[in-house]
Amino acid sequence: MAENKGVAPDERTVIGLSFGNSYSSIACTVDDAAVVIANEDGDRQIPTILSYVDGEEYTGGQAKAFLIRNPKNTVVSFRDFLGQDFKSIDPTHCHAAAHAQDVDGGVSFTIQDKAEGEPSTVSVSEISTRYIRRLVQSASDYIGKKVTSAVLTVPTNFNDKQKDALVKAARDADLEVLQLVNEPVAAVLAYDARPEAKVEDKTIVVADLGGTRSDVAVVASRGGLYTILATAHDYEFAGAHLDKVLMDHFAKEFMKKNKDVDPRENARSLAKLKAESEAAKKALSIGTNASFSVESLAEGIDFQSTVNRLRYEMIARKVFEGINRLVEGVVKQAGLDVLDIDEVIMTGGTSHTPRIAANFRSIFPETTVVQAPSTSSTSINPSELLSRGAALQASLIQEYETEDIDQSTHAAVTTVPHVTNAIGVITLSEAGEEAFTPIIAPETALPARRTVHVEAPKEGGDVLIKVVEGNTHIKVTKPEPKPKENGAKDEDEDDSDFDSEEDEEEEHREKIWKIGTALAEASVRGTKKGSKVEVTVQVAADLAVTITTREVGGKGGVRGNLKAP
Amino acid sequence: MASATVVSRPLPTLTEGWSAEKDFKPVASVTASTKRTIEPIGPHFLAHARRARHKRTFSEDDRIEAQNAAKKIEKDEDSDESEAEDPMMLQREAKDWKSQDHYQVLGLSKYRWKATEDQIKRAHRKKVLKHHPDKKAASGATEDDNFFKCIQKATDVLLDPVKRRQFDSVDEKADVEPPSKKEATKDFYKKWGRVFKSESRFSRVQPVPQLGNDESTKEDVDTFYNFWYNFDSWRSFEYLDEDVPDDNENRDQKRHMERKNTNSRKKKKAEDNTRLRKLVDDCLAGDERIKRFKQEANAAKNKKKFEKEAAEKKAKEDARLKKEAEEKAAKEAEEKAKTEREANKKAKEAAKNAVKKNKRVLKGSVKDANYFASGGDASAAQIDAVLGDVEIVQGKIDPDEIAALAGKLNGLKVADEIKGVWSEEVKRLVGAGKLKDGDCKSLA
Repeated sequence: MAENKGVAPDERTVIGLSFGNSYSSIACTVDDAAVVIANEDGDRQIPTILSYVDGEEYTGGQAKAFLIRNPKNTVVSFRDFLGQDFKSIDPTHCHAAAHAQDVDGGVSFTIQDKAEGEPSTVSVSEISTRYIRRLVQSASDYIGKKVTSAVLTVPTNFNDKQKDALVKAARDADLEVLQLVNEPVAAVLAYDARPEAKVEDKTIVVADLGGTRSDVAVVASRGGLYTILATAHDYEFAGAHLDKVLMDHFAKEFMKKNKDVDPRENARSLAKLKAESEAAKKALSIGTNASFSVESLAEGIDFQSTVNRLRYEMIARKVFEGINRLVEGVVKQAGLDVLDIDEVIMTGGTSHTPRIAANFRSIFPETTVVQAPSTSSTSINPSELLSRGAALQASLIQEYETEDIDQSTHAAVTTVPHVTNAIGVITLSEAGEEAFTPIIAPETALPARRTVHVEAPKEGGDVLIKVVEGNTHIKVTKPEPKPKENGAKDEDEDDSDFDSEEDEEEEHREKIWKIGTALAEASVRGTKKGSKVEVTVQVAADLAVTITTREVGGKGGVRGNLKAP
Repeated sequence: MASATVVSRPLPTLTEGWSAEKDFKPVASVTASTKRTIEPIGPHFLAHARRARHKRTFSEDDRIEAQNAAKKIEKDEDSDESEAEDPMMLQREAKDWKSQDHYQVLGLSKYRWKATEDQIKRAHRKKVLKHHPDKKAASGATEDDNFFKCIQKATDVLLDPVKRRQFDSVDEKADVEPPSKKEATKDFYKKWGRVFKSESRFSRVQPVPQLGNDESTKEDVDTFYNFWYNFDSWRSFEYLDEDVPDDNENRDQKRHMERKNTNSRKKKKAEDNTRLRKLVDDCLAGDERIKRFKQEANAAKNKKKFEKEAAEKKAKEDARLKKEAEEKAAKEAEEKAKTEREANKKAKEAAKNAVKKNKRVLKGSVKDANYFASGGDASAAQIDAVLGDVEIVQGKIDPDEIAALAGKLNGLKVADEIKGVWSEEVKRLVGAGKLKDGDCKSLA
């Protein structure tokens, strides 16, 4: 990945860098905890904007302000253009700033970046390099040492050309790229690295709702190993579209008072309208009311208005519903049901919107944890997740030689078989029926090893351990409440908690484990009263299985092997 | 990963009559798997990669990692005193402090010049706690405070920046031996890099440019060598001074010693500079980059030279060809002129001969006609007049006409006919105005 052999592992100063299309953020680790770095303006979310005024370079918030007065020399939303041909880019978001231009098939911008002389044509790679250089500078100022290396996050649909272009842009900014990590897993890592987090087998939906794009991924987290099961990308329902809704709203309000003056028809008025709409949107994520006031919005007329959250949610419903459909679609695409999802992690600036989190809350069952500021008090700021995850990864791998990192991230290491069906043991439910208790969840990367402690029968004695494959299916029951089978506590909290659910008039859906092929039987003899039996299942990469069972605290035990198919 | 999750549902009891070899009965294999890509991120992936790359099983990996972890904890607990104390060192006499290794005494051998003040202070405290003479006395040992004094002296030296520099200057244990030529062929940058890193500590100018690697640019490499050839070292050799006797002894002796010390310092400093210079020389000699840059420069130069030479050669060749062509042309022209001249000459001669012959024919014709004398030999005057007239006619007409006339006269033997021809000729000449009527009467 990183061919740059320049930096020896012990001389590295590393950061995690989330280079976004709308906003970027940088983080480092202090005592194994990720810290997001504020730039010189005090921003932790730094707008991905570069502006030139009289040869002076501005980035971040300062550059964003120049979108009103100096749009021609301000470059925005350029990250997605990296490594792309001109014919395959979407220049919509650059419309109100420096326009993308076709130079030899690639993308460039013509900007006046010097105090005097002709405007120069700068490639998107160079723009990115300049921007990254500023980010690195901010990080270096904060840490007090020159930052040499970084882990960068990339969307899952970045192709090799785009990744190479990003690595090149970073290297030109004198920054060694240790690794590129996919954005959704960086977010998952940021959550899993919290000290209170336990290593669990869970299935996570990562909704990365950004300014210009929304990316959703289904990630299987199995014993700390992450596998992306499905992804979806959308460019129609994102932060910019929420801004648009508010812009239209306020423009209409303005036109009610001032007939025949449409602030959307004048570039400068439009820029003012957009800037203030974005601010109002952010205010509505925190409070229930937001004021909107722009001096000289159009034709010298000042404009002042307010909007409340209800109104906003009503006019933005189309966008919200689009995001809902996107999430539901990607779960289906992964071959799963919303009941299979244990956690929803919301990341990206748009995730601050309470309505979106509330919508997710109602899409997924109650047992699913929705990690968003408005639904969970312990959630991490969605805007900072990616850079935190990248910083954690950077601190993990900074001591390795570049070659080691390359070898470890090689496809030969990362591509491994995953079990299709769950593997578990048969236990007895309260009603005395045989029920499946998963030990290894489906889509677990191999080799894998899991241990469970299962209760022995109350009176003790000899027990049978029947190892079987299992599968889930969704059982739909009409209104009548039905005593639920007791779910295993660890893996599928979602079904074990269903009995607490109110009886609803609508249909009731639950996840049921179905017993599949029997794999092996074993016995543990003479267990004591109230003791537990430990069952360890280990599946090798060739699907050979080793099963070990013994009474907890007991000696010996039974060990057996299943041959690879 | 080893931690187990607890399931609250009970296992079924063993049915009557169930039995199997070793209580285990395999039934079937796991049915299916899919190849997927796991994300290379997070501590658990590192563990996975480690297992995959070292081909360890879970239990092996657990054991090795546990061992590593255990070792680490131990280190952390007494990291400052991880160094074993050499029994020989403990026996040292305090008065030999000049020859003692202060870092070793404080247990800082592996840090040496890199040890921070804080580290030195902590090391000192630890050593004091352990070696305080009162403690030794309390435990019944003899009251031997020699090593304690060594510790105090070491701390004295190391906590005084000036004295510490003097000691660091002569601390050979911190030096990294330069690799031999053979050793440097492999891992050139790593091995020499270490040497220069260690030498960097003497530089007054910090940071010091380092050796770099194969991909360093020419500028970097040049900067590196320039820096090291102009190395500004703070290294000094006061520490190796011989003891100057106290004041109350011989003053001359004292001055002599001082002079001696100064000279020895100067000498050592010069030696050190030479050593460093040689070091850089050796490194430079083995540096592939320099060769490469030279080759590249040469190649560029040669290319220019070649181009220039080729251009010159071409110009020369062109000139030569042109000259040759000119010469050839000139020669050809000359030859042509010569042949022409010869041909002309021949033609002229031939013409002359022809004229002569024709003239002879003319003269012969009149002779044949017996000089137009009617009967008998012609008188001398008659002959003279005729011949004179023939001469006149000959003089008046050009060779072609002579030839024509000769053609007419040739073969004629009869005097009248000859006369007719002549008179005709004379008539023609008179008609043409070349002769006056009445001239050449003898022929008319």
